[in-house]
Amino acid sequence: MAVITYREALRQALEEEMHRDKNVILLGEEVAQYNGAYKVSKGLLDEFGEERVIDTPITEEGFTGVAIGAAMAGMRPVVEWMTFNFSIQAMDQVFNNAAKMLYMSGGQFNIPIVFRGPNGPAEYLASQHSQALASIYAHFPGLKVVAPATPYDAKGLLKSAIRDDNPVVFMEAELIYAWEGDVPEEEYLIEIGKADLKKEGDDVSIITFGKPLQIVTEAADVLEKKGIHADILDLRSLRPLDEEAILKTVKKTNRAVIVDESWPVAGMASHIGWIISHKAFDFLDAPVELVTSEDVPMPYNHTLELAAQPSVDKIVQAVQKVMYIREA
Amino acid sequence: MADKLLMIALSPTMEKGTIHTWHVKEGDAFSTGDILCDVETDKTTMEYESPEDAILLKILVNEGGQASVGDPIAIFGEEGEDISPLLDEIKKEKSSKPDTNREEKEKEPASEKKTDPDIEEESPESQKTTQPEATTRIKASPLARKIAEERGLNLSQIRGSGPQNRIVKRDVENYKPQEKSAITHAPSSENSDQRIPLSEKRQIIAKRLSESKYSAPHFYLRVQVDMTRLMEARKRYHETHPDAKTSLNAWLIKLSSEALKKHPEVNSGWDTDALIRFGNVHIGLAVAQEDGLITPVVKSVEYKKIAQVDHELQGLIEKAKNNKLSPEEYTGATFTISNLGAWGIEEFTAIINPPGSAILALGAIEKKPVVINDEIIIRPMMSMTLSCDHRVIDGATGADFMKTLKAYIDDPALALT
Amino acid sequence: MTSDKTKKQETAKKTPDLKHMLGQMLLIRRFEERAAQAYGLRKIGGFLHLYIGQEAVAVGSIAHLDLKRDYVYTAYRDHGHAIACGMDIKGLMAELYGKESGCSRGKGGSMHFFDKEKHFMGGNGIVGAHIPLAAGTAMKIKFNKENGVVLCFFGDGAIHQGSFHETLNLAKIWNLPVVFICENNQYGMGTDFRRVSSVDDFSIMGQSYGIPGKQVNGMDVQEVHREVGEAVYRAKEEGTPTLLEIKTYRYKGHSMSDPAKYRTKEELEEYKNQDPILILKDHLLKEKKLTEDEFQKMDKKIKDQVKAAADFAEKSPEPSLELLYEDVLV
Repeated sequence: MAVITYREALRQALEEEMHRDKNVILLGEEVAQYNGAYKVSKGLLDEFGEERVIDTPITEEGFTGVAIGAAMAGMRPVVEWMTFNFSIQAMDQVFNNAAKMLYMSGGQFNIPIVFRGPNGPAEYLASQHSQALASIYAHFPGLKVVAPATPYDAKGLLKSAIRDDNPVVFMEAELIYAWEGDVPEEEYLIEIGKADLKKEGDDVSIITFGKPLQIVTEAADVLEKKGIHADILDLRSLRPLDEEAILKTVKKTNRAVIVDESWPVAGMASHIGWIISHKAFDFLDAPVELVTSEDVPMPYNHTLELAAQPSVDKIVQAVQKVMYIREA
Repeated sequence: MADKLLMIALSPTMEKGTIHTWHVKEGDAFSTGDILCDVETDKTTMEYESPEDAILLKILVNEGGQASVGDPIAIFGEEGEDISPLLDEIKKEKSSKPDTNREEKEKEPASEKKTDPDIEEESPESQKTTQPEATTRIKASPLARKIAEERGLNLSQIRGSGPQNRIVKRDVENYKPQEKSAITHAPSSENSDQRIPLSEKRQIIAKRLSESKYSAPHFYLRVQVDMTRLMEARKRYHETHPDAKTSLNAWLIKLSSEALKKHPEVNSGWDTDALIRFGNVHIGLAVAQEDGLITPVVKSVEYKKIAQVDHELQGLIEKAKNNKLSPEEYTGATFTISNLGAWGIEEFTAIINPPGSAILALGAIEKKPVVINDEIIIRPMMSMTLSCDHRVIDGATGADFMKTLKAYIDDPALALT
Repeated sequence: MTSDKTKKQETAKKTPDLKHMLGQMLLIRRFEERAAQAYGLRKIGGFLHLYIGQEAVAVGSIAHLDLKRDYVYTAYRDHGHAIACGMDIKGLMAELYGKESGCSRGKGGSMHFFDKEKHFMGGNGIVGAHIPLAAGTAMKIKFNKENGVVLCFFGDGAIHQGSFHETLNLAKIWNLPVVFICENNQYGMGTDFRRVSSVDDFSIMGQSYGIPGKQVNGMDVQEVHREVGEAVYRAKEEGTPTLLEIKTYRYKGHSMSDPAKYRTKEELEEYKNQDPILILKDHLLKEKKLTEDEFQKMDKKIKDQVKAAADFAEKSPEPSLELLYEDVLV
């Protein structure tokens, strides 16, 4: 085991997979000479050359489409979006081409491609650069969507995503890149579509994915001090979704709080809430609570931007609510 | 395109109309505004004006025939059109649903509607007769309901600690049933805070039954029925399903529901300005308790197999014996059976259990000489007496129902037809 | 552009097989006529964009390709290109009928013909969205040094989409072997291209990106063949992109629901007089390479083929419901 950053875990996954298969290429803005906007592709240009690590102009729709066309013809591109906020430019390519090509062609053309980059709010970035878009991507059949929150999960899932014969949308987060964690020296893979119980407790299930795992963990510590023991289920994948794991924890604790940094309307959290009410109705002792972003664009002011997002306090409150604990 | 000409409501309260005269013949052309036929409504005879310019292709309801509002009475269209697909469609519609009327609620299997006291308040009848606690819904989490059900606890006895007094898991788990107060025959000292369910039940019974008897004009229909085949069928079922043990009551409940499906007018209720044609068949069975009786209800019998009816019935009877029935489990019967056979009663008449309009009283099965093909043969016979609310059910209607039920018991296979 | 003629002979197809091309154009024409008829009988639903009038473009261009190495992308008016790529018309007609025996298992329909084996990369339904895909496939050719070319067909409506401009730039900076062919049939749905374009000559649009461009008469299959040959040569020998604007005309409306009232009868007549099939046939008759009798025989044979395809489509069973959930993911 070595303790490495999330950023390094991604880099290792890319490096190992590029060694394994010459069809794996990386393209995006600033991925080559600059070593990546967030330094995920550090050193890859020197190692693999400009044929395989390709700087693109700022044309998300164009280079995303080019990568999909290359994948259609048998390559395995990894597209780096500098941020998911810019991926909105490329959504037409992802939704209308990558997600549907296999289906429209009656099973002839699969698209082995990975779209990756930081998703969700960071700090002080205001409305256009702080969006969490998981729900939009998870809405489309024909895509796989993952959002790992630890270096270990990031490496194992990115390797699986690159090997997957389907389009995989891989969501990171700007603030996660520096997080550290244990990662084995030897090769390993993590199956897409499998959630991970990050902590065990009998009183309440807190279900989350991606960056909010950190505040969920902090909230669980606060709750421990109050004698409340939470299960923390990290979904890791949003599509396919590990319903079995969701139902298992809820059936055990009878209470669920879902933490998702996207907006509340038509979001991933509400979908999970529906699954619980649909398939674990008789196991619920309280309505499912959601902790999401407030239903507003992101403000620039730091106090306001923190208020707009899920927080440790909001999660603790939600847990107390589902446990019918009235705080004086 | 050929289309159906539907019976329309020609008076505000009309539910059915009788075609008095057709003014157009099959093959005649007619235009918008032409009088197509005269219809006898509940009040008078009205003219049915044409909504279309078309040709009358087929008359479906002849003069003297009746049609409910919304039923097709004819087919119109262009000359020489093929109307067979429409006819098939109509046939399908007919066979798939009983006589509909404005009041019938949508059918939904195991619908909660009828049992939700909030909804039942629509009918003053039930408002007057349900328990006070049944008119306010008990708020409980799904999990709390499930645990209470497993432990046989009555939620109405448990105090909720959640928001709006919702009963949650911990409330059920911490609940200690109070000692049943011994029934004293001495004058009660009126501990007003202490609720004694039995005496309350007694009051409810008294209130409901006298209300029923005074407000519903009862009449009675009695038949003797030969139980041979039904008993054989039950025996054969037990032989082929060694694990199964079904009560005769479950079989009679199921056959009654089949007969009610055929005669939905018996599965109805009285509301001051309308009849309610119930969407489901919920059958209550009168069960004797230490001090009173109660009618646990098997819901939506029409969708259940006999084994399931019996399984639920045994559960309900068990709860009834232990005073564990929740209000929704003993209210809302659209039809009721009372069986005093076990007491050796030959025959009796029962008082209708609202919101239903009929109750079936069953006597003991006794071997009796009967005449079959001019020969005297000994057969196990049972007497059935149907009490009907004359406001809802006419003599002939009740008699038709009894004829069907008797036929089904005489030969249970007929119930499948 | 200076080109070494002898070298070009090796890359581009030499003399075109005119009789074969006549047969292909006729096959497309008859196929489209039959499809239109089936549409009228409600056998085909949804959109049906007919290629009648534009046959020379697909046939003259695709004649150059070796579909083991080369690829074709097109938009939603894709029947002609699919036939020119040699796809089996039985499978195409069945696809229009939505049958499982169709080339896309009945899941694509008119706009989404695909054939992996024949390198026919689809029928794509979003205006301009397939243009980057074509460049991506060219990127793979370059990456693997496969000496192939990608032909990317799109309409005059697509040329104002960002994806077109973004892709031209990328194709040039990465030197991709792709030929962008704008089939200008003069109407983007019902809009005359002159009303919505800053320039009437689309071939100059490549110049902003340093890409050579040319206007081509798309009613003359021989001219199409010649000019596309140049571009294919450039792609294979120099590994660089070309933009061609091939001027053509569709005789029918944009789709079956379009009565095409936005153009005059005279205009349509004018183009019908330069029908690509007619022009080539006259040429071959004059050159004594074809007799009227031979032509009639050829036409009869093609009509029989098309009828057989329609019968096949008609008789093919409806797909099973299980198909609904297949092909979402590999």
